[in-house]
Amino acid sequence: MNANPVECTVKSPVALQIGDTVSDSFRPGVYIIDITLEEAVNIQEISFKNYYTAFVTMRLQQRQAGSKENHAKWVTCLRNHRLMANPHTEAGSQDYFSIYRQQMLTEPDQVTSLRLILRQPSSVWLDFSLEEIKIYSCISEDSDKDVPAWLSTLTPIQEPLDLKGLPDPETVSSSIQQMWALTELMQSSQKSASIGRFDVDGCYDINLLSYT
Amino acid sequence: MIDEGTELSVTIAQIVQRLKGTHLHSQLEREAKECLHRPEIKLESLKEDVRNFLKESGWERKLQNAVYRELNILSPPGHPTAPPEHIKEPLVYMRKAQANWEKRILKSLNSMCTELGVPLARKRPVPEQKEMTNKWNEMGTDEPDLSRFRPVYAPKDFLEVLIGLQNPNQESCDEPSARSHWGLIQVPLNVPDISQLREAYPELDLTTSQLGIDDHTNVPPDLFEYEHIRIGRKVLSEQDSAAAQQYSRQGCPTGLRAQLWALILNATNEPEDIAHYEQLKAGVIHHDLLVDNLIYKDVKLTASNDDYYFVFEDFLYQVLLCFSRDTAVLEHFNYNSATPPKSCVHGKSGAEKVAVVYPPNGLIPFHGFSMYVAPLCFLYNEPSKLYSVFREMYVRYFFRLHSISSSPSGIVSLCLQFERLLQTHLPQLFYHLREIGAQPLRIAFKWMVRAFSGYLCTDQLLLLWDRILGYDSLEIVAVLAAAVFAFRAENLMEVTSLASAEAVLADLSTLKVMPLLQIFLFATVI
Repeated sequence: MNANPVECTVKSPVALQIGDTVSDSFRPGVYIIDITLEEAVNIQEISFKNYYTAFVTMRLQQRQAGSKENHAKWVTCLRNHRLMANPHTEAGSQDYFSIYRQQMLTEPDQVTSLRLILRQPSSVWLDFSLEEIKIYSCISEDSDKDVPAWLSTLTPIQEPLDLKGLPDPETVSSSIQQMWALTELMQSSQKSASIGRFDVDGCYDINLLSYT
Repeated sequence: MIDEGTELSVTIAQIVQRLKGTHLHSQLEREAKECLHRPEIKLESLKEDVRNFLKESGWERKLQNAVYRELNILSPPGHPTAPPEHIKEPLVYMRKAQANWEKRILKSLNSMCTELGVPLARKRPVPEQKEMTNKWNEMGTDEPDLSRFRPVYAPKDFLEVLIGLQNPNQESCDEPSARSHWGLIQVPLNVPDISQLREAYPELDLTTSQLGIDDHTNVPPDLFEYEHIRIGRKVLSEQDSAAAQQYSRQGCPTGLRAQLWALILNATNEPEDIAHYEQLKAGVIHHDLLVDNLIYKDVKLTASNDDYYFVFEDFLYQVLLCFSRDTAVLEHFNYNSATPPKSCVHGKSGAEKVAVVYPPNGLIPFHGFSMYVAPLCFLYNEPSKLYSVFREMYVRYFFRLHSISSSPSGIVSLCLQFERLLQTHLPQLFYHLREIGAQPLRIAFKWMVRAFSGYLCTDQLLLLWDRILGYDSLEIVAVLAAAVFAFRAENLMEVTSLASAEAVLADLSTLKVMPLLQIFLFATVI
């Protein structure tokens, strides 16, 4: 995952309701959040913090290749994605979520703007929105953070390796066993078990508790 | 990409990190090294042969149990951007309420300490240490002057805080509406209703045999009891935690219960556990804490006055005083919404202050805390074993009963569940009690906070705790509270004040827990 989110402008939520927003006492059940991106981006992930939104629909506007004078088309990439298991209760109401490109209905490439449609059908809540919206773009193929394939086989997490013409990690690792033994030693010396002593140099005289 | 494969890898990496450096890890390494001398281990198939050896000698099962324990404790991997306080408790207003409550407790403790002129912690002078060592096994005979000490808080104070919990984003309407909730808890948490409970607790069904019902004297034992005991012995010989947990759902036979609970909780009594307990005992002897007096007071007020538990007074001191010194308990604050109180200690070298946790385990005992330990004294007579089991039960279940959180096993959810069940299935009773000013939660809260310890008679309580362990959840406590009200509904309909309602429900010692639960869950008309 790319660590830096792309620059974008998130507009404040606009309520969708019939009638005057100021004088009517009904609370809206739909909000729209528009996000414009500085440049066309291939989206890898969108992350946000929920605040009592039950369902979110995402539409994006992609720059059409070739035809610059046409209005860009809006496509729906996420339809009624459920954030709260039960819109009337607290579960999921303040959780952090991520939507990945694999979950989207269309490929989110060359995206210029996004529209998030938030729905909260329950009348229990006074307000709802999404916070801390961040968009991450795809990592390009030739980024200089790339590591050689043989180093990546030394990680402790045993994920199934997708070998495409690369040498078999077993043969490679047996030929660099020294390096491996050193790294194992380093890892094994980091323990999570605690020592268990609560005093400081044998002293544990306390008179007042601190409030911070 | 966060998909199931990556989540699994993250969980595996977390568990590996937690088990590294534990005693089990070094034992496994030693066993693997020593088994190389065995003739059946061949060099060509070294990995496979060592694995098979570990499997057959039972070590793989021990590792399995340790992993199962970690899986039970580990909270699900959160979002990468979620801060650690979000994992403790996702809802902001609950975190604030918990922080305010903790501040009140700290203020109360600080003021008690300054009023009485007693330090919160001090090192014991050597003669006092000797005296403590000598009377370690009979601390109950001591009669220190505890009249100046008072418990920091009682469950009813905590109930007032829970009643005041309000979500600022929630619409609060005072007029009764279709959605109005008659009870005291205002937060809209998701609690299961009876049909969902029936799906979650199928082993308590009317057609399933279980201990507490089918081991009654007029039921021939070869119908169920003998077979159940035989299966229990088999589970113990296999030493499988997950199987023991499933078995416990139908109740544990009295003779096997101690071993089964230790197996479910993976609480061992190896030399390293005994050494750890001795280290804690040394901590008690070397340092005197103010919370020790709170513990003494609590034991004297609750367990010593109880007909069933007064004999265990000495055990309770031995366990609770050591519990206060145990820094391993601090780990559970990763998933507990509470935060341990802190203070400063001057290091010996120079004047710099070091922040420490007070008490070392981060928990300030309240009135009734010793009742979490008391029932376990019936099962274990070795202090270090009793201590291991109690500590594990506390960091898995009991901590949820006195901290504000949105967890489904937390006390807020239990209170809400109790009120919802009562309002849905006994609306006339609820309305009547509400009208006479006897809100049912005010009576039932003290039962739920202690998980019924001290209110039911011991064999019934242990049957209830069998199910808490078997289903890995405290929900059954709320269901039992509602079932008790259902059982005494006729009497309660005739009372006219809170005091008489309390009198009707004062004595629960004759109740049989399993029939009540079974009837309430499976014989109620929906």
